Amino acid sequence: MAYIVIGLFLIITGLFMWVFTDTSILEYNYAGLEQLFSIGPMIFLFLIPAITMRSFAEEYQQGTIEFLFTKPVTDWQIVLGKFFANWTLVLLAILPTLIYYYSVYQLGSPKGNLDSGAIIGSYVGLTFLAGSFVAIGLFASTLTNNQIIAFLLAIFLCFIMHWAFNFISTLPIFVGRVDDIVDKIGINHHYISISNGAINSRDIIYFLSVIFFFLLLTVSSLNRRKW
Amino acid sequence: MSILVKDLTKIYGSQKAIDTLDFKVNKGEIVGFLGPNGAGKTTTMKILTCFMPPTTGTAEVCGYDVLKNSKDVRNVIGYLPEHNPLYKEMYVKEYLSFVADILSIPNARVQIKDMIEQVGLGVEQHKKISSLSKGYRQRVGLAQALLNNPEVLILDEPTSGLDPNQLVEIRQLIKNFGKEKTVIFSSHIMQEVQALCDRVIILNRGKIIANDPIEKLQQRVKGNRVLHLVFEREVNPAVFKGIDGVDKVTSVNPVSLELVMDSESDIRPAIFKKVVDSGLVLLEMKQDEASVENIFQELTYDA
Repeated sequence: MAYIVIGLFLIITGLFMWVFTDTSILEYNYAGLEQLFSIGPMIFLFLIPAITMRSFAEEYQQGTIEFLFTKPVTDWQIVLGKFFANWTLVLLAILPTLIYYYSVYQLGSPKGNLDSGAIIGSYVGLTFLAGSFVAIGLFASTLTNNQIIAFLLAIFLCFIMHWAFNFISTLPIFVGRVDDIVDKIGINHHYISISNGAINSRDIIYFLSVIFFFLLLTVSSLNRRKW
Repeated sequence: MSILVKDLTKIYGSQKAIDTLDFKVNKGEIVGFLGPNGAGKTTTMKILTCFMPPTTGTAEVCGYDVLKNSKDVRNVIGYLPEHNPLYKEMYVKEYLSFVADILSIPNARVQIKDMIEQVGLGVEQHKKISSLSKGYRQRVGLAQALLNNPEVLILDEPTSGLDPNQLVEIRQLIKNFGKEKTVIFSSHIMQEVQALCDRVIILNRGKIIANDPIEKLQQRVKGNRVLHLVFEREVNPAVFKGIDGVDKVTSVNPVSLELVMDSESDIRPAIFKKVVDSGLVLLEMKQDEASVENIFQELTYDA
């Protein structure tokens, strides 16, 4: 399962970055990794729910949740364990893309002519984005014992959290600065802000809050199902 | 006191799964939970293992409250749930070391090796759990429950679905463990309860209807004792009606009778004398001891 996920991620990003003419770096004529970071959220939207869907849904389905809950571990230990396991798996999928960085670095004219600051920022953004999606996926997985439903719910919630606020903020009902505030609730705003290379504490705190919020929901959802 | 349950009630929706249960289990006892399906055996076990909270009432395991000191309770118990849930994609050893990790067991490798030996998983220890037969999976489940050397072992139908040989082996394991530790297990198999338990708790519709050592239970349903007689020739049932202690005489077929006895005293000598006096030839005389099965049926049968 894990190898499939990592493999698929690399194949898809590889295709977008080097093969498909619309997005290929070779056709783009600028040395950068913008393609990777702009399609990253799109791929994560499907890939991360596929990884997280079984986390709790399968435990409920197979009854192994009874095994976990009757061992001397706290709910937070269970949730954090699953969170870090899933997050690590996603990060392992991102890791090989550093080769792209090296390739583009070598291909630049002159060599090394690329915005390393923005790329570092983008990797940080991608890491936190993955963390947020994993937390959302875990929560979705506690809501059902059907993995497919968990998968679809996670996609829906990730979509809402990442893009929907951005789209909604353009509605004419939000006048003045309200549209700005609505936009900032969504992940996209902060992801783009970090990707520009400006890693500021507000965005980091935002991401950590999203992760914490969904982990909290996960824990309380587990508790509710016990009662 | 290993287990202390007071006024324990669990309500699902509008249905009372268990209703004001009260019982105690002493250290070192093996107690059998009996009852028809839906009697509340599993619910009681799930509360004792902190899987779900009771609606009202309290339950203590080794002095720890299941709600207030849930983690302490989970530390001293070993639990084999009904249907034995396992991570089937794991290998036996991988799974057991995962369990050891969760339980933070020191010296895990040695412990796991011992445990594999103890439950008889030796030949299968390198396989994936999904490729094990039901009997071996049950051993993995037991190994998992025993790994932290628990004070109290709680087993929900540990022998269901096993073949007769596996049954005997698993029972032996439970019996060995029960020599030092407290064991509660539920079962549908009456002989098993008779063979393993010091005491039986019979549940029906969420209530305890019997909580006695086996010998006492047998006395409780003394009316159930039946004497079977087989004669050489046709016999008149009326011959035996006058004898003290005989409650009812029914003729099964012309040559055999069934006598239901209402007293605890042994009436066989009197019967034999009567047979001789009447000039009959007796071929067979057999007395049924009330088995747990009879007791179970008698106590849980709702007319």
